Amino acid sequence: MSMTNSEAVIRVSNLKKVYSMGDNQVFALNDVSLTVEPGEMIAVMGTSGSGKSTLMNVLGCLDMPTSGSYVLDGVRVDGMSRNQLADLRNEKLGFIFQSFNLISRTSAIDNVELPLLYDRKNRWTDTRTMARKSLEHVGLGERLDHQPSELSGGQQQRVAIARALVTQPALLLADEPTGNLDSRTTIEVMALFQELNDRGITILLVTHESEVAQYAKRVVVMKDGRIVRDEQVTDRHNAAEDLRQLDREIEEENALHAAEKEAA
Amino acid sequence: MKSSTLFRVAAQSILKNRMRTLLTMLGIVIGVGAVIVMVAIGQGAQSQIEDQIKGLGTNMIVITPGTTTQGGASQGAGTFNRLTVEDAEKLARESTTLAAVSPVIMTRTQVIGGSGNWRTQVNGVSPDYLIIRDWGVADGALFGEEELQSKRRVVVLGSTVAENLFPDGAAVGAQVQLGRSPFTVVGVLQPKGQTATGANQDDVVLVPYTTAQDRLSGFSFIGQILVSTTSPERIPASIAEIGVLMRESHGLQGAMPDDFTVQDQTAIAATATSTTSVMTALLAAIASISLIVGGIGIMNIMLVSVTERTREIGIRMAIGARGSDVLTQFLIESIVMSVLGGIIGLAVGFAGAALLGHLTGWATATPISAVVLAVGFSAAVGVFFGYYPARKAAALNPIDALRFE
Repeated sequence: MSMTNSEAVIRVSNLKKVYSMGDNQVFALNDVSLTVEPGEMIAVMGTSGSGKSTLMNVLGCLDMPTSGSYVLDGVRVDGMSRNQLADLRNEKLGFIFQSFNLISRTSAIDNVELPLLYDRKNRWTDTRTMARKSLEHVGLGERLDHQPSELSGGQQQRVAIARALVTQPALLLADEPTGNLDSRTTIEVMALFQELNDRGITILLVTHESEVAQYAKRVVVMKDGRIVRDEQVTDRHNAAEDLRQLDREIEEENALHAAEKEAA
Repeated sequence: MKSSTLFRVAAQSILKNRMRTLLTMLGIVIGVGAVIVMVAIGQGAQSQIEDQIKGLGTNMIVITPGTTTQGGASQGAGTFNRLTVEDAEKLARESTTLAAVSPVIMTRTQVIGGSGNWRTQVNGVSPDYLIIRDWGVADGALFGEEELQSKRRVVVLGSTVAENLFPDGAAVGAQVQLGRSPFTVVGVLQPKGQTATGANQDDVVLVPYTTAQDRLSGFSFIGQILVSTTSPERIPASIAEIGVLMRESHGLQGAMPDDFTVQDQTAIAATATSTTSVMTALLAAIASISLIVGGIGIMNIMLVSVTERTREIGIRMAIGARGSDVLTQFLIESIVMSVLGGIIGLAVGFAGAALLGHLTGWATATPISAVVLAVGFSAAVGVFFGYYPARKAAALNPIDALRFE
């Protein structure tokens, strides 16, 4: 399982996932092949029922394909047992969900520390410090002991990102990470993703919003269980830039309002 | 996950729902508390009875006349009284395991003297009698070997007799009349209280058995012989030895049946305590039912908790918890709850037993075994009733669990 630079983070080939609905079979994934290299930021798009969620579950080692092979960071995943999958998720993956999925009534730092505690190889020694640093990293150093209910949506998603990053995973998997956020917070979270990606973290995000996909480097579009488009993003947006632009617009608007008030 | 972390996680989720945890634990608290109180009452009664039996005398063995058979028909115990003073003297002389031997000649007579008269039990005994009965003299002294040999007319009064005849306490040295013979009071016994069957043991007077034979009963046969061994461990050996010596003394040969009965206190004690131990077991069994009901309460709450926290379980699994991690977490939660409830129940039980003892005057005693059993049982309840919900949690599919609303 040694990791070299040439090793792809994800290498799936001829992936199929079949559900039997009475007499007819439904192909949630139909012959999907995909390779993701280290340092990529890839957005998977598609309407509901396109198979993107199934792909996400298989890539996240939460579900097993019916056939096809999946190699994650040099490790053959298909054919693994439930326990092996759990260990692999802990070691190689960081999850970010649409609904944040933090454990309620549990402080931010406890939430972030949790994946470190499930490590079976005892790789970590000072888990508390690691959790704190990870939270500081996403700009929540001041809110370590806040519970999820005391945080805004954007802050909760930051806690989730801190939790996903704390184990230094090979891949960050984000399932509609901005689905529950307003447009400004969406850009903030995407700015954080871009910053992480610039530092070499491989990110795969599933979204149905093309504005969000514009921040990725590569976009894969799915339809009826197949990949119908796979291309590099040509006019990639810079989220930090967009944020500054947004701030300027708001400032101008405020100035306009103030002028109107004065005139009145 | 480290065990310390597991306990921390369990404590966190238990503390999240304080009210619910308290109510859940209440079932176990009441269950364990009830078991402790019931066992305390039962054990108290039992140890009271044991004390009374011990009060009969330590290491005591009783030899009574046996049955005789006439033409194949048993005549019942004591029908042919062949216990004699000679038997007692032979036992005292030849046995190697007996510490004390006393024949007991029993009769009833009127005691006249002091402020009036009193009908009571007269026992003709040897000076060993008080050693065997584990009894002491409150005032004066018991007669000795010399008074025995010379058939002196001396008497030791039981405390009830002394109180009735000499309310002012000046019994020792006084003259009383037993039947028609004058006796000198040489001592007063310590009060001994009632027997397990309620008879007043202090309503008695003791005289030398030689004097009793001579002056009171006129028989050479005696009601029983009391002996005591040097230690409780010697009792079986002593019983065997007494059998041999008694058969020798009575000239019984070969297959001829014993014409005497040898009985030690364990037989008497066993009969008396078996009744109370059955009662204790019954009370504890009834109380255990409430423990089981408490356990069902825990299972109920754990099942609710698993459903309620399905999403949390999904999150934990997504970030790398194995099924066994989830199982252990929920199992520890239910065990912590039940053991905590058990410990609180112990405290409640002890307080309840003490209060009950104070209010009713019943003797209560809680053996350590009951404490260990109650806490162990409550932990077992936690495991037993927590396992099913915990397994249900561990078997969840992470995808479904994450999607659960």
